Amino acid sequence: MIHSLFLVNSSGDIFLEKHWKSVVSRSVCDYFFEAQERASEPENVPPVIPTPHHYLISVLRHRIYFVAVIQSEVPPLFVIEFLHRVVDTFQDYFGLCTEAAIKDNVVVVYELLEEMLDNGFPLATESNILKELIKPPTILRTVVNTITGSTNVGEQLPTGQLSVVPWRRTGVKYTNNEAYFDVVEEIDAIIDKSGSTITAEIQGVIDACVKLTGMPDLTLSFMNPRLLDDVSFHPCVRFKRWEAERILSFIPPDGNFRLLSYHVSSQNLVAIPVYVKHNITFREGSSQGRFELTLGPKQTMGKAVESVLVSSQLPRGVLNANLNASQGTYTFDPVTKLLTWDVGKINPQKLPSLKGSMSLQAGASKPDENPTIIIQFKIQQMAISGLKVNRLDMYGEKYKPFKGIKYMTKAGKFQVRT
Amino acid sequence: MLDSNKDSLKLEAMKRIVAMIARGKNASDLFPAVVKNVACKNIEVKKLVYVYLVRYAEEQQDLALLSISTFQRGLKDPNQLIRASALRVLSSIRVTIIVPIMMLAIKEAASDMSPYVRKTAAHAIPKLYSLDPEQKDQLIEVIEKLLADKTTLVAGSVVMAFEEVCPERIDLIHKNYRKLCNLLIDVEEWGQVVIINMLTRYARTQFLNPNVNESLLEESGEKAFYGSDDEEGKEEKAEAAALAKRKPYVMDPDHRLLLRNTKPLLQSRNAAVVMAVAQLYFHLAPKAEVGVIAKALVRLMRSHSEVQYVVLQNVATMTIKRRGMFEPYLKSFYIRSTDPTQIKILKLEVLTNLANETNISTILREFQTYIKSMDKDFVAATIQAIGRCATNIGEVRDTCLNGLVQLLSNRDELVVAESVVVIKKLLQMQPEQHSDIIKHMAKLTDNIQVPMARASILWLIGEYCEHVPKIAPDVLRKMAKTFTNEEDIVKLQIINLAAKLYLTNSKQTKLLTQYVLNLAKYDQNYDIRDRARFIRQLIVPTDKSGALSKYAKKLFLALKPAPVLESPFKDRDHFQLGSLSHLLNAKAGGYQELPDWPETAPDPSVRNVEVKDSVPEWTKCSSREKRKEKKVEKPFYSDSEEESGPTESADSESDSASGSGSGSESEESGSGSESEESREESESEQEDKEDEEDKRKKKKKTDRGKVKAPAVETTSGKIEESSGAEEKNRAQKVKGRRSGSESESEEEEESESESSRSESESESESESDTDAKKKKKAPVTKPPPKQAKKESKKEKKEMSLLDLDDFEPTPSPQVTPVNNFLSSSLVTDLEGLSLTDTVMAPTTIAPSGSVKTYELLHRITGEGLGVEYCFSRQPFSPDAHMVAVQIMFTNNTNAETKNLHVEDPKLQSGMRIKEFPEIELLPPGEMVTVVMGIDFCDSTQAANFQLCTHIRKFFVSIQPPVGELMMPVFMTENEFKKEQGEKKKLNPSYSIV
Repeated sequence: MIHSLFLVNSSGDIFLEKHWKSVVSRSVCDYFFEAQERASEPENVPPVIPTPHHYLISVLRHRIYFVAVIQSEVPPLFVIEFLHRVVDTFQDYFGLCTEAAIKDNVVVVYELLEEMLDNGFPLATESNILKELIKPPTILRTVVNTITGSTNVGEQLPTGQLSVVPWRRTGVKYTNNEAYFDVVEEIDAIIDKSGSTITAEIQGVIDACVKLTGMPDLTLSFMNPRLLDDVSFHPCVRFKRWEAERILSFIPPDGNFRLLSYHVSSQNLVAIPVYVKHNITFREGSSQGRFELTLGPKQTMGKAVESVLVSSQLPRGVLNANLNASQGTYTFDPVTKLLTWDVGKINPQKLPSLKGSMSLQAGASKPDENPTIIIQFKIQQMAISGLKVNRLDMYGEKYKPFKGIKYMTKAGKFQVRT
Repeated sequence: MLDSNKDSLKLEAMKRIVAMIARGKNASDLFPAVVKNVACKNIEVKKLVYVYLVRYAEEQQDLALLSISTFQRGLKDPNQLIRASALRVLSSIRVTIIVPIMMLAIKEAASDMSPYVRKTAAHAIPKLYSLDPEQKDQLIEVIEKLLADKTTLVAGSVVMAFEEVCPERIDLIHKNYRKLCNLLIDVEEWGQVVIINMLTRYARTQFLNPNVNESLLEESGEKAFYGSDDEEGKEEKAEAAALAKRKPYVMDPDHRLLLRNTKPLLQSRNAAVVMAVAQLYFHLAPKAEVGVIAKALVRLMRSHSEVQYVVLQNVATMTIKRRGMFEPYLKSFYIRSTDPTQIKILKLEVLTNLANETNISTILREFQTYIKSMDKDFVAATIQAIGRCATNIGEVRDTCLNGLVQLLSNRDELVVAESVVVIKKLLQMQPEQHSDIIKHMAKLTDNIQVPMARASILWLIGEYCEHVPKIAPDVLRKMAKTFTNEEDIVKLQIINLAAKLYLTNSKQTKLLTQYVLNLAKYDQNYDIRDRARFIRQLIVPTDKSGALSKYAKKLFLALKPAPVLESPFKDRDHFQLGSLSHLLNAKAGGYQELPDWPETAPDPSVRNVEVKDSVPEWTKCSSREKRKEKKVEKPFYSDSEEESGPTESADSESDSASGSGSGSESEESGSGSESEESREESESEQEDKEDEEDKRKKKKKTDRGKVKAPAVETTSGKIEESSGAEEKNRAQKVKGRRSGSESESEEEEESESESSRSESESESESESDTDAKKKKKAPVTKPPPKQAKKESKKEKKEMSLLDLDDFEPTPSPQVTPVNNFLSSSLVTDLEGLSLTDTVMAPTTIAPSGSVKTYELLHRITGEGLGVEYCFSRQPFSPDAHMVAVQIMFTNNTNAETKNLHVEDPKLQSGMRIKEFPEIELLPPGEMVTVVMGIDFCDSTQAANFQLCTHIRKFFVSIQPPVGELMMPVFMTENEFKKEQGEKKKLNPSYSIV
């Protein structure tokens, strides 16, 4: 399936290559570079590029292109999904998936890639199994390794691959047994000029951090499972139980994992927690434009809207912006024309606003469209859909774990058209 | 450093070498030094050496051979993981000389104990195949063997090997089809993708098109749109129509199984799995069910942009065929300003495909916002999309056109140019009404510089010059002036315009045309020169003008058909969705065509597996309430089964379960009856045990000989009856009920009924009625089990034997429903009693005839003692909570078996067991039937116990299928009817006769 993998950085250098079958010359990447040049933006490079003998499937993450070379028919999503899994694993191992991190850990990277694919077919992609095979580098371990000469490679042989629950290591031990669940919901919305909602939907995930000894069997139930319209599970969740009783029953993987992601149907009315008043105008003939923006909370059930960040891509004609923020700081990058305003927390008594003027290129005609405003925010302790976890029970083990649950609402792709 | 004794130094050296490989530098000259370390003790050094070896072995074949012995040793290691890794590296070394060694290793590993090693063997198969394709035949053997593997670990890998080595050998899948379907959900996600894709192809060859009927009715309208389809379609349609009339489409249960088992995978976190299921549904599911995939695909839109890209491509194809599916999710395809351009354009494509009369206004409003975007490519695409909406939906054509005309005054030239091109296409559809637009566009020629747009305007004016007679020559005049500076495409159109004007209005334009043609004559581009020469000959009348010039007007001013603006995704669905070929719209190497549906289904029995498939997995997991419900519903299910055959009702899992159950039932009973008969013969030789019995038996035997033929007749008659006339069945049930309730009060009736029984023998018609009645009676007699024993074991044996073989051929669920409501009795007792009275009676009573038997102990493992059990669906009199299990012992040895009894039951909490009385003696060749009671506590947990003979103990377990757990229920007729009415509501597949 996957023949080779090339890692290309933003300046177009191949800094790592790995072949699972016969060696494919790196000149195959020239086709990729051509496509890259044609594309105006880095993300506009087509994910699949056909070349005379091979097909290149690429993924862009952290400003690194992961270019997989394949030779014959294979579902493209298969490769794309796998490449993303590789990136996730690197991130898991090194904290960051940057060029520097990969270069520093090139041997570990190589060992990982070797384990993840066999002859181009995915072998072990569960991070739990991989960690058993190859221990992730930590500062402490690097120090110990250099002194004692011991290795990163697991001493004992991996057993996870053999078990019926491949996602969980055997023999896990903790002194503090704890299980944390974060319910994070993101609002995707498009608000039109007049402030009415064009489309809004809620995408939620439940991320878990489970540190429990042994083989615990957990069940998680919701107060209002009907809200969940469309769900996708970690493989550990027993699907039939969910179908029948709307209860999540699972043996959790060890450590951090995404238990479930869900979608709240768009039929339900989504409460939009912030509103924006804007007035952005350019006058014909003059080289000045007005910019006014005010933010305010609504329907937040008394919770504070925090970490608000407003950004907007101003038209190309704008040379500079001379603005005045009542709260927080703003920056304007004259090269990329990106305006960002770090608002922080919204105080309902004193609404934050950003006012001022923009100077345009002299002689240029008035930009014919207004910029889109992208808003990011967070609301703690609230799931905007109203989803509530009812209880969490553990079976199969004797001890009493510490259980915690946290709710958060965030802005996903939240755009205001002006 | 590699020669050093210290592991740490070696490790350091290897790390540096690997870093070199990673950077793409050549490290092959170090080969000898590295290979030496292949036997190193340190695991990390070893691993890195492996990495190096696999990378360079191809280049240094001779030296690589040095390492082979190490791996061969590894293959014999007791640790499965070492065996696996040795095989993995060995097979990764691409050296042709070791092919035989690899072949041997793979063969050995394929029959390894550990599934993990077998999985590695499966992985090694394609490696060897790519190295030496001549090994194909041998490899196919290995694949065949591994396909039969039952572990989830192996399934994915072996199917992958199958796909790479021999995708055309679809016959290998038959036997494993059902297993693969059932395992699917537990296979790791990458394997799932491969299996689903393979099964899609398989299903296309083995099952009938579920949409045959719909495609006739509904798609005929749609199909007209796709011209080419239609041609072929018509013949097929005619045939299919005939076919459809003859028999309505019934989905193969295996087809259903596949659809059912893949559906949960739509919930997978892995986008590739979701896409695989989606394409499976798209290609295989009946139209009504395809909708389920829309939601999952829309969910994928939240993922990374690369995933979005692929998904949108597929959605675009799907929306052409099945627009309705995605309509509810229209808003999810709205475009955000932050989307990459390629995603925007794809979303636009989907939105355009989804547009119809009802939603067009919202879509157009969205499009209006998009036109203002900064991204000019996207704007251009939007304008084209508007054009397509306008052509497809007549109502909005004018609105669109007006909107586009407004865009003509846009400041951005690209936008204007694009709108001109689109307007041109729109105008072609109805030019008469829009001469003012043409005039407006004529004015634009002064400003627009984009060649394509200029050319479009010129073409329009030329084509419709009658509508704008005043302007046209003027435009030509202007153009003639700038001719030399124009782009080629514009020049060509100027010549065209000149020619057309010359033909319609030669007075005004003769000189202009001459001028233009002269200019063109000396153009640098030979196309233009050619065109000029051609046109001059054609239109300018000369002395020797040919015949053609007469037709010049017809040539130039022929009515041209309006272009059809259609999606670039129109014909893509002939590629399997989700495949690389589909994405590129070109066949990729190794692409397997998705075969067309067969006209008639190939024999489904090829998928039958000899191994008795007990209860399908899912029944175990159904909730408790469901089970209770089912218990009561059971008879109705079996009824409806009977009349509609293998129904394909999607909703009722239980339905299809009982369907498959009954299927295997009949098979088993078929085979069972043969053996039973042979046994019966042997039995007759050893009748000299007890005098009394003997006499009876002889009588019986003789009688049987006579009766047998009619008995068969009656039974066959009954089959017809039961399948044909449900009514009768119902009436009979009701009668039975009535008599049952009566008998509760009056016990004396018993004797009467018995006499009536003997009377009614002759009439097989009325028999079934009385039969039911009799059974109602039986409970009243309530003979204690001991009494039954007194009736003598021997006799019992006979009885069960008799009625078994007489009734096996009857698929008589028509009787079973009655049984379920029977108040209380033991089957055997009842039979025993009836038999003593009248010899022929048993031919009419067959309470457990259709009951499925399960094997408790095979006669091989039981050293000649074969044990079968079945759920007789009779109440167990000593304890109402218990389920009666009828156990049949057969002694196949030559020696007697003594002291058969139950010992040491290991039960789940709450479960109880009522052992059957000890069987003191079982002579060779004989068979004994006993009944024991088990309280399963409404669970499907197995009851484990030991079955002991005088010499041996066997561990056995009885696991009840859900449908067999029942409670005796007393009911009056009215209650019954009420219940029945409720059930009717519950079960939609039930039809009233």
